[in-house]
Amino acid sequence: MTDVKSGPAPSAPDIPTGRSRRVRGRPQLYTSYAQDMALLDTPAKRVSTGLLVVLALALSVVLADRSLEVLAGAYVLAIGAIGLNIVTGYAGQVSLGHAFFVAIGAYTAAALSGPPGGDVIGFGVAEIWIWLPAAGLVAAVAGVLVAPLATRLRGLYLAIVTLGLVFLGEHVFKEWKALTGGPGVGREAAVPQLFGYRLDEDGPLGTREQVLYLLMLVLLVVFAVAARNLARSRVGRAFAAIRDRDIAAAVMGVPLTRFKVLAFGISSCYAGCAGALLYSVSGYVEPGSFNLLLSVQFIAMVLIGGVATVSGAIAGALFISLLQPLTRALPSLLPVVSADTTQTPNVFQVETVLYGLLIVLFLVFEPRGLFGLWVRARNYWKSWPFSY
Amino acid sequence: MKALLETLIRGLGNGSVYALLALGFVIIYKATRVISFAQPALMLAGAVAVSHLAEVTGFYTAVLLAGLLIAGVALAVERIAIRPMVGRPVFVVAIITLGVDIVVRVVVNAFIGRDVRQVGDPWGFDQVALGPLVVQQRWLAMLAVTAVLVGLLFAFFRYTRYGLAMRAAAFDQETALAQGVSVGMVFALSWGLAGFLAAVAGMFVGTGQGIEQGTWVIALKALPAIIVGGLDSLGGAVAGGLVVGVVESLFQSYQGEYAPWLGQNFAVVTPYVVMLVVLLVRPYGLFGTREVERV
Repeated sequence: MTDVKSGPAPSAPDIPTGRSRRVRGRPQLYTSYAQDMALLDTPAKRVSTGLLVVLALALSVVLADRSLEVLAGAYVLAIGAIGLNIVTGYAGQVSLGHAFFVAIGAYTAAALSGPPGGDVIGFGVAEIWIWLPAAGLVAAVAGVLVAPLATRLRGLYLAIVTLGLVFLGEHVFKEWKALTGGPGVGREAAVPQLFGYRLDEDGPLGTREQVLYLLMLVLLVVFAVAARNLARSRVGRAFAAIRDRDIAAAVMGVPLTRFKVLAFGISSCYAGCAGALLYSVSGYVEPGSFNLLLSVQFIAMVLIGGVATVSGAIAGALFISLLQPLTRALPSLLPVVSADTTQTPNVFQVETVLYGLLIVLFLVFEPRGLFGLWVRARNYWKSWPFSY
Repeated sequence: MKALLETLIRGLGNGSVYALLALGFVIIYKATRVISFAQPALMLAGAVAVSHLAEVTGFYTAVLLAGLLIAGVALAVERIAIRPMVGRPVFVVAIITLGVDIVVRVVVNAFIGRDVRQVGDPWGFDQVALGPLVVQQRWLAMLAVTAVLVGLLFAFFRYTRYGLAMRAAAFDQETALAQGVSVGMVFALSWGLAGFLAAVAGMFVGTGQGIEQGTWVIALKALPAIIVGGLDSLGGAVAGGLVVGVVESLFQSYQGEYAPWLGQNFAVVTPYVVMLVVLLVRPYGLFGTREVERV
């Protein structure tokens, strides 16, 4: 008997289940399990989340198109980071192969939406509601195919095997010129089109960047809520049990193989969707971009943002994506740093060093990442002016 | 037949470089249970140090100095970034080494510049006749130096106090600590040794074709080597390195002829294919310790 019992548990008569009344003025008092597990369990969270979403929507009107494009890219990366967080953060399976699944999603979408009869494979299906799920699905299948290898391995063996996957994938994508156009040439990425309306062109809804920004924002919210729901479900608890001690989880009746495969599948699905969307912002895919650095960037997002938190993954993705434009602005502030790549120190070196240093510093001083910093700040102000 | 033998010697030569790198990985793994992703940066740093020092002191002194210098760098990395993390999950420490790798590489790249740098080795692409075979001198040099270093290393582990201490700490850290072994010293020593080996390997990688900013990727081929050999086996690291080198060399020579559909430069990724195949059969590598667990 390795199966976990599903379905509603028999409830004790004393403990009310389901939705029940909240006690006024006692936000921390839960009178039912459903309240305890609610997505937004306190009024403060409900208000702040609502404000954040309104702010994000408002940004589409306020910000310049250039900034909106950066933010749209950041939102897509956040979807990918949430995906990596599912397998690495929640289920504890270290994967350096995220870039591989991102690539699979990007090329599935690009091949589906590309014009038929061109230099590269194309099927002419530009509707986003077709190619986005397809990209996720193909990547998920790839993840499930890789997973049997992964379930035999633990810890660092797994990290190295997934690292090998990135190199193998890079080789395949560079050689399969009919699909990818080959290194240095590349191909057009997926075209986002919704019921015949091109989302990547200026139109009645706004400029190209505004429309793309809103699209990515909506998708990010959808994917983030889905991940949160997954994490607080039976599956999420099984993942956490595997992460914390896989043998103990198996003893308690969690089928390890099934849930590890599931974690890889879901994570790859997120990666595939992120890959499909990421390159529809820039409109162009090059096979050399799916390298180890991309995987490391996703790891950095998860670690800097906060392991096993959805909001952390989003914060980490925003942080890493904004690092680039911020370092580009450095030469005007610090004349020592040059914008010219032939000189040292230049902005690219500063940016790369910052990646590395931030990973090290966060892991040493705040392992919970940006999310941990937020928790510290929140707890400080919660009891202010008392120390605890 | 002649071409095959020459291919094998090239493979053994390159493989012995992978073996040196793999030994570094395994030594660190055995002491600290962590795979150091900083080795590629240390290898590149070693090669760059040799190329700069060789202009001043001559090649052979430069190799020795560079080895000591990189050992020092590795010691510093261990002391600053790794030692405070003792007792934390290995994954966290491995990612820290990944961060260290990125930082060190940026610094080293500044010393390389845009172009290819020569390491000033006396071999270059010169060839030597070995009976009927014509092989490059550098492959023989790689093989010979690796053989000597591996011999010294195994003697060190077998016959010296410090080697015994390292074996004891690798076997059981707490018991070793209770017997008076300074585990901190073992950590430092293993990082220092790995740094020295990485520097020598980097020098060999730079022979002939020179070094550029992308050379660090070669060090990652030692990862399949240690997986093939088994993460915690020194002999396995050497064997894994040689296997990876020979397979890669065979594919370099014959894949274009017999399996062109695999694409150009397939040889570059063969180490990872070998790794996947071995893992499918033996999840703990050829010589690795099998983790026994019961549920």
